[in-house]
Amino acid sequence: MGKLFDKLMEDYRFKEGLNACINCGTCTAICPAAEFYKYDPRSITNTVQNKDDAEIEALLKSETIWYCGECMSCITRCPRNNAPGLIIMALRNLSQELGFFIDAEKGRQQYVLNKVLCGNILNFGYCVYPRTFLYKDHPESGTTGKWIEDNLEAIHNRLGSNLDGSGVGILRKIPQEDLDELKTIFDVTGATARLDLIEKLSLKKADELGFTQEEYIEHIFTITEIDHYQH
Amino acid sequence: MIFNGKQRIWSEYQKEIPDDHYFYVRSCIRQNFFPASEKTFLDIVQNRLGLDFFETEHHTTCGGIAYHSDSIPQETLMTIVARQFALMTDAGYKNYVASCITSFGIYTETLETWRHYPELETKVRESLWKATKREFNKPEYLAHASDVIYKLRDRIATASVNRLVNKKTGEPLKVVEHIGCHYSKMFPSKGVGGAEYPYVLTGMIEAWGGEIIDYPERRHCCGFGFRQYLVKANRGYSLSNTHKKFESMKPFKPDMIITNCPGCPYFLDRWQYVISEMEGKTYGENSQGIPVFTYEEVAGLVLGYDPWDLGLQIHQTGVEPLLDKMGIIYNKADKYKL
Ligand code: SF4
Ligand code: SF4
Repeated sequence: MGKLFDKLMEDYRFKEGLNACINCGTCTAICPAAEFYKYDPRSITNTVQNKDDAEIEALLKSETIWYCGECMSCITRCPRNNAPGLIIMALRNLSQELGFFIDAEKGRQQYVLNKVLCGNILNFGYCVYPRTFLYKDHPESGTTGKWIEDNLEAIHNRLGSNLDGSGVGILRKIPQEDLDELKTIFDVTGATARLDLIEKLSLKKADELGFTQEEYIEHIFTITEIDHYQH
Repeated sequence: MIFNGKQRIWSEYQKEIPDDHYFYVRSCIRQNFFPASEKTFLDIVQNRLGLDFFETEHHTTCGGIAYHSDSIPQETLMTIVARQFALMTDAGYKNYVASCITSFGIYTETLETWRHYPELETKVRESLWKATKREFNKPEYLAHASDVIYKLRDRIATASVNRLVNKKTGEPLKVVEHIGCHYSKMFPSKGVGGAEYPYVLTGMIEAWGGEIIDYPERRHCCGFGFRQYLVKANRGYSLSNTHKKFESMKPFKPDMIITNCPGCPYFLDRWQYVISEMEGKTYGENSQGIPVFTYEEVAGLVLGYDPWDLGLQIHQTGVEPLLDKMGIIYNKADKYKL
């Protein structure tokens, strides 16, 4: 049994997600990611069940583990109770823990996801927060999206939100004492250490590429240089 | 009663949904994109039906979007969840209801994983104590807010002012129902009707006069994909999957789409706009889009709420074709009034 396989087995999602894969390909047939990217959940499940460390290491450094959309449709359909989507979550977790994510274009995107999502959680108590969800980053939100951004307070007021207000209600300001508890939870459960590690490796990579931090964030958020797609 | 075929399969997935006394937690996505839906939900259950739904200002995100974008470890997520349960315990409630589907999936995953691996629950209890000095009881019942509206669908039908019927022809409106993937694909027994034949929205539509369309990609993901939408460079994934659904439903000529996840209606609404801008292609009648709704908005229309109080003006795909079919009177000039 390989060392990396053992590491994966420490993850409850992996333990739950990997039974005996019979390589039937049902997961791949219904997978939204497999139709869009060069992605095959069947072969990922098969690779990890072979317990070969070299192959698992190659996966952890690959683009392919970042293609899944975590819709979990594969769980419902697998005839052997495997969960490729959960296996992917364990692989992504280990790839970040070991710093291998930095080798993949799609893996490097974790830095911007961390900044936005964990920034929103720790600063505001929400995963998504209207004052950081900007039209310039989301032009698909349409003319309505632009109208909302330009009239944020008036629209939320019209619709009965309590935007940044005290007490209960929609998009209320979450009290500082609660944000402090979220921060302590991040510290105690390893999220803070993980964010720090990813930031350190990302800034090193930015340096190697000759980017400032801002340029690097913009680059990983917007640019694709590799052909990831099914043709 | 003897059930056959699909009816029999549905009957195997009958979920127990308490009538009253819920601890209510909001959805980050719904608050951002469909705030009036949460307002309508609480107005229906608290004010119209006089039920007890309690909210505390101290609850936060469950962390679900970050978790499924692989930005936080599982233990972090579960400790945030445990903190929410502690707030429920302190408030004296046993029934827990989430507005968000991602959250509902997260709560279900947490409780089920703890059931399989009790040592993980012990570890999370220790982490929560260390971080916050809080303790908790697990909820006795976990519901998604759409389960509650499903349960109340006949009471809503009795009080209805409008029905999901074409007022001119008298025909039932043709409705696409889209269930958020994390409602029941991971744990089918936790959703009304299971994963293959979820009944939670179908039950509402049937009770309110509409007719459900069964089309090939009915169970396909809306295309959110977490990191596949949130990172701009990946968004083609999200758009392509929504496109696939619309191509599949178009021949069935839907009048409307109803959803129970707060994210799906955003993507089904906004990507229609993008497809029409990019390809000049539309999926509804008369070169218009197919209006997309949350279940709270549909319940609100049925109960006679003003469309602009329901927040239908912050949809990108116009909702007027559906309002006209239902014979709902609305003031055009009020749409963008602030
Ligand atoms: S969870 Fe991932 S692997 Fe499974 S069907 Fe969804 S995109 Fe495919
Ligand atoms: S559906 Fe299940 S058994 Fe079939 S290839 Fe996928 S993981 Fe293996």
